[in-house]
Amino acid sequence: MKTVRIGSGAGYAGDRIEPAVELARYGNIRYLGFECLAERTIALAQQARQQNPALGYDPLLKERMRAVLPICQAQGITVISNMGAANPAQAAIKTQQIAQSLGLTGLKIAYVTGDDVLSQVQQASFRLLETGEDSSQLNEQWVSANAYLGAAPIVEALAAGADVILTGRVADPALFAAPLIYEFGWSMSDWHRMGQATLVGHLLECAGQVTGGYFADPGMKDVSNLACLGFPIAEVNEAGSAVITKVPGSGGQVTLATCKEQLLYEIHDPACYLTPDVQADFSQVTMRSLGEDRVEVSGATGHPRPETLKVSMGYREGFIGEGQMSYGGPGAQARGRLALEIIQQRLMQRSIQAEDIRCDLIGHNALLDPCRDVEPNEVRMRVAVRTDDPAVAASVGREVEALYTNGPAGGGGASRSVREVLAVASLLLPRQLVTPEVNYLTV
Amino acid sequence: MKLREIAHARTGDKGNISNIAVIAYQPEDFDFLVQHLSEERVGALFSDIVHGPVKRYELPKLGALNFVMSQALGGGVTRSLALDAHGKSLSAYLLDLDLPDRGA
Repeated sequence: MKTVRIGSGAGYAGDRIEPAVELARYGNIRYLGFECLAERTIALAQQARQQNPALGYDPLLKERMRAVLPICQAQGITVISNMGAANPAQAAIKTQQIAQSLGLTGLKIAYVTGDDVLSQVQQASFRLLETGEDSSQLNEQWVSANAYLGAAPIVEALAAGADVILTGRVADPALFAAPLIYEFGWSMSDWHRMGQATLVGHLLECAGQVTGGYFADPGMKDVSNLACLGFPIAEVNEAGSAVITKVPGSGGQVTLATCKEQLLYEIHDPACYLTPDVQADFSQVTMRSLGEDRVEVSGATGHPRPETLKVSMGYREGFIGEGQMSYGGPGAQARGRLALEIIQQRLMQRSIQAEDIRCDLIGHNALLDPCRDVEPNEVRMRVAVRTDDPAVAASVGREVEALYTNGPAGGGGASRSVREVLAVASLLLPRQLVTPEVNYLTV
Repeated sequence: MKLREIAHARTGDKGNISNIAVIAYQPEDFDFLVQHLSEERVGALFSDIVHGPVKRYELPKLGALNFVMSQALGGGVTRSLALDAHGKSLSAYLLDLDLPDRGA
């Protein structure tokens, strides 16, 4: 039976580059996908594009392309990535320039546009999924609106013979489902196969998270050689079942446990995982170990795709100002608490109003309030506020810093920061308002 | 016995929703997890931070439970004031839950 091997070269924008090179060189793969676009990343990219129209694609695009393009061309590997972010056209031009500078020829670069739907969204009013608010209420604050496109435009580019395919916002699994649809000639209304293709994509999209990354718990779940973590390969057959594996000798491990953790990562109802291509059902998935670093996954099914596309919108929501200071030794917790009380009193005295405030003792209760009180060796007090006024945000950090000379004894290592908040909200847009388009450049 | 002795877990985040998958190391422990790891129990553990309902999904073929907790991430990952805005550390706390010793 025909099989296709697909590698996953990145699980987020800043991911390591060496594992992708290793996959290209030794993975015996036909496709290499890079998933680099978290919920908020595209809004940040849109801001970069507004500052400079030649930017707005993934900041590591150049480095990644330089590292993998020559190997991929030599080995006949097609690169598929959402590194186009807010500017797929410029990402393609940049890739073309890099290919030229490396002396490569005979390369066809495709880029997918049409996910940017800010103008469509601003012409009407939509209910925000998170808050139930009306999208038009935030009109002044919107930075970006991108619809999650499906696999179809990527399949189109593959059929046209593209060697590199760059997209903006597409559903993460679509980057990996598309080559399966193309290679096996699957109908995109074969919902069970779309479900299985989505399962493969979902397992690959976070790269090292299925090969032992984000898994180790010394003494309970030991993983060897995480500094050289190998990224995953899916070996998929015509029936849609897949074996997850990695390059022999690379760090990490592919086991039932690593695959199960990743299967449920960011999943809500496992019987109803919505993508633009299918309503996938992972509830009956089975896994079988086929020996060292080989796990077979099968049994995903699906139901007809949703009539709407999810749109992720980035909007400005003020500033977060933060200050931190550490206390150690006997009484550290009490001094940390006193420091927090002083700051809250100071903000009140100065009539500094924030929309929201949070006080933590890092080392004690910053992640979750403990059910029992244990005296820690050290704590770090932390105050964070969200506010529309950057001056208010800055004042919190300065008040914390002033604890050096005005606060409890023995405080050290003060730090402060202010950052603009780029929040994300979602809505559903009718499909017919979104028109994906595939464009080509050649080298 | 701690949950950690028979299961492993991973947290995921989407907007203001956190999910924690709890997976039995041995498939035969699945029923024991179903029996002792209720929505109420998980909700009580995270009652300080989770302000919406907790829903449990069962995946017997994987020996796993998936807990989906709404209004759990301080208004959403992108605007939360929390140190761990994604709530990624929560799975480790869940594994500290006490379970009855089996056969005792």
